[in-house]
Amino acid sequence: MSTLDIALWGVLPYLVAVLFVGGLIWRWRYDQFGWTTRSSQLYESALLRFGSPVFHFGILVVLVGHIIGLLVPKSWTETLGMSQETYHVQALVLGGVAGVCTLAGIVLLVYRRRTRGPVFMATTWNDKIMYLVLAAAIVAGLAVTLLGAGATGEGHDYRTTVSPWFRSLFVLRPDVEAMTHADTAFHVHVLFGLTLFAIWPFTRLVHAFSAPIGYLFRPYIVYRRRRPALSSPASRAPRPGWGADRRQRLRR
Amino acid sequence: MRVMAQLAMVMNLDKCIGCHTCSVTCKQAWTNRPGVEYVWFNNVETRPGQGYPRRYEDQERWRGGWRLNRRGRLTLTAGGRLRKLLTIFSNPVMPTIDDYYEPWTYDYDTLITAPVGEDFPVARPKSLLSGKPMAIEWSANWDDDLGGAPELGHLDPMVAQVRERTSEQVLMEYEKSFMMYLPRICEHCLNPSCVASCPSGAMYKRSEDGIVLVDQDRCRGWRMCVTGCPYKKVYFNHRTGKAEKCTFCYPRVEVGLPTVCSETCVGRLRYIGLVLYDADRVTAAASVPDETDLYAAQLDLMLDPHDPEVIAGARREGISDDWIEAAQRSPIHALAKTYRVALPLHPEYRTMPMVWYVPPLSPVSEALRDTGFDGEDVDNLFGAIETLRIPVAYLASLFSAGDTTVVDGVLRRLAAMRSYMRRVTLGEELDEGIAAAVGMTGDQLVELYRLLAIAKYEDRYVIPSAYAEQGHQLEELACSLDVDGGPGMYGSGPFGEASGRPVPVSVETFHALRQRQTSSGFADPESRAAKVNLLNWDGRGTPPGMFPPAAEPSEPPGPAGGSPEASSDAPSGEEQR
Ligand code: SF4
Ligand code: SF4
Repeated sequence: MSTLDIALWGVLPYLVAVLFVGGLIWRWRYDQFGWTTRSSQLYESALLRFGSPVFHFGILVVLVGHIIGLLVPKSWTETLGMSQETYHVQALVLGGVAGVCTLAGIVLLVYRRRTRGPVFMATTWNDKIMYLVLAAAIVAGLAVTLLGAGATGEGHDYRTTVSPWFRSLFVLRPDVEAMTHADTAFHVHVLFGLTLFAIWPFTRLVHAFSAPIGYLFRPYIVYRRRRPALSSPASRAPRPGWGADRRQRLRR
Repeated sequence: MRVMAQLAMVMNLDKCIGCHTCSVTCKQAWTNRPGVEYVWFNNVETRPGQGYPRRYEDQERWRGGWRLNRRGRLTLTAGGRLRKLLTIFSNPVMPTIDDYYEPWTYDYDTLITAPVGEDFPVARPKSLLSGKPMAIEWSANWDDDLGGAPELGHLDPMVAQVRERTSEQVLMEYEKSFMMYLPRICEHCLNPSCVASCPSGAMYKRSEDGIVLVDQDRCRGWRMCVTGCPYKKVYFNHRTGKAEKCTFCYPRVEVGLPTVCSETCVGRLRYIGLVLYDADRVTAAASVPDETDLYAAQLDLMLDPHDPEVIAGARREGISDDWIEAAQRSPIHALAKTYRVALPLHPEYRTMPMVWYVPPLSPVSEALRDTGFDGEDVDNLFGAIETLRIPVAYLASLFSAGDTTVVDGVLRRLAAMRSYMRRVTLGEELDEGIAAAVGMTGDQLVELYRLLAIAKYEDRYVIPSAYAEQGHQLEELACSLDVDGGPGMYGSGPFGEASGRPVPVSVETFHALRQRQTSSGFADPESRAAKVNLLNWDGRGTPPGMFPPAAEPSEPPGPAGGSPEASSDAPSGEEQR
């Protein structure tokens, strides 16, 4: 266990967590106006029509896969009578299919971005960096899916290395030791993942956190009063734009 | 009964000359920014014509508005909540920029920088989206004045409908066709499908005045509202990634001023006023099974502001007396409900639109005149309304879900008014029979004439004074479109195009005013201080930023030289007054 190991697997995750959570809170408070998908469908719809759903649904399945793989301890699935082999076969099939979809989706989307003039014009540096990190994380992830399932011979069981480390992070006693035993490929994937989370709040990826689930439950027509001041004179003092007053308006 | 107030508009189509002044002034005030180049909150269409965006009325394709499902319940045509969420990654029925038009500018620079040569330099069109040279193929009013109608006229969805309904052709050849202008803004519907389609709940109807707005802070760019609106009056700002729409110029009407489009309308054909309606019955009214009953159902929602019960109900809901009084004087109520000469546009979309149209009599009376008959004679007019099926059927497909009796009735009342007033003007004997033929009295016809023909500013725009009283509190109101001046508009924020803090309108105005009053030269047009906000411009002085800065002069301009710098600086505000 070298200093580098401790820095990477014991300290870095917490720095990223601070950046991620702090960044999200900060951006939510101060940049509501910039919080959007910045959809480019208006410019081009034909490629987006395939690329975007394939990518998004793919990554949602990938998300579920990560939750299962990282949070469910090995002992639980074994109690359920699931052998190492069965687990890996289903992980390879599900994860592989979802991963390939995600990758195909992002390739198509990046291709679209690069070749369709207006979409390319609307691509900022911020977007480009984000795409790079995202694509790297996905490729590395697909690679470890194959590795982990033993597609290249002896499978690496990440559920005895990466997963315990990941869970140990949450109880603030990082199991750096376990992580050092993981394959380099996993290290690379985790590092890309951490980078992605670090830049997340500062990219357009934030739109993931405003997934409009509430739509399923609210009445169709929304009415709002011109301002809360009309009903509660105490909250009148109008403040320009932001800060506490703004939050009141959001809660309304 | 739950009484609510709604600001509504009437447009008298007979008077529209298709000058597009309304569109241009609206654009100057609201959509004069990158990202909304293609956006026209107000547009004027020539009908028959495809409209803007192209063929927006083809709901088979665009699936806007509401429909009744198999059980007779009101549902969004584009699908319910779950379907919306499942198609959120790529909206299958959203128009792309080609359905609007690709906005462009010209390469003006070559005009002045091209080297001396044989050929005259040309400013080529350049796409504002990709920056590449482009061929201009369409725009918001490309088929203006029936341009291209012989080839493209059949693409008007309403032309197809008329053909289906009457098995007659709408003729597009010169001298056989008819034509009218249709200015359109957001309808500020009572049952807005755009609001219902918004997954984030960012769109809302203001409960005080019914104006439908997009909260720019809460919009997340899911684009469902664009599909939801059958009139395609919600637009997507491709720079900020947020939806924008007609605001009924709320900063103006809040202080008692009419909207920019109304104020500047050359034909003076727009009316603004309040309507009181029963909010409890909106859904029921929008759900009547037969499309042709929707107009009647919508009229039925409008409450009589003189009825003591309605007044009591309005007071109960906290509507102030000024507002009730304004509703009583409302030209909208008079034209739509009392005289029934104003009709809603496409009631069959079931959104209960609140911009009403007085259908034009001119296609009929002009056809009459062309045949050599007296176009003002009531019997001739009545006869023409009977026989000229095509214009009437076409108008019906726009304003009454195809029910020609409704349009017939309106045109007859207008025809009666014309003939009756001609006798008044010529000093002939009054003929009450004309009025009786359309179920009105002579006095009513005179009243209608006053409202339609000579109404003054105060009669056309009855905007409640309660707004004015509250005006002073509104200065710092930071609400949806304040962010129009947001830094993202003029460059890239740290997190992409539009991020950063918006500046409240008044702060921006303050800086712009101070800049204008204290500086002697031009401000950098890139600087926000120099932006001309026509919404607040008082008409005095020449705001900096209205003209681009003069390029570095190679030689100093002569004393009498017409350099823009010299001429625009000279008149101070004082002199101009
Ligand atoms: S016309 Fe206006 S209020 Fe009606 S659905 Fe369209 S955007 Fe909404
Ligand atoms: S300004 Fe008035 S007359 Fe001119 S196009 Fe607009 S509505 Fe018609």
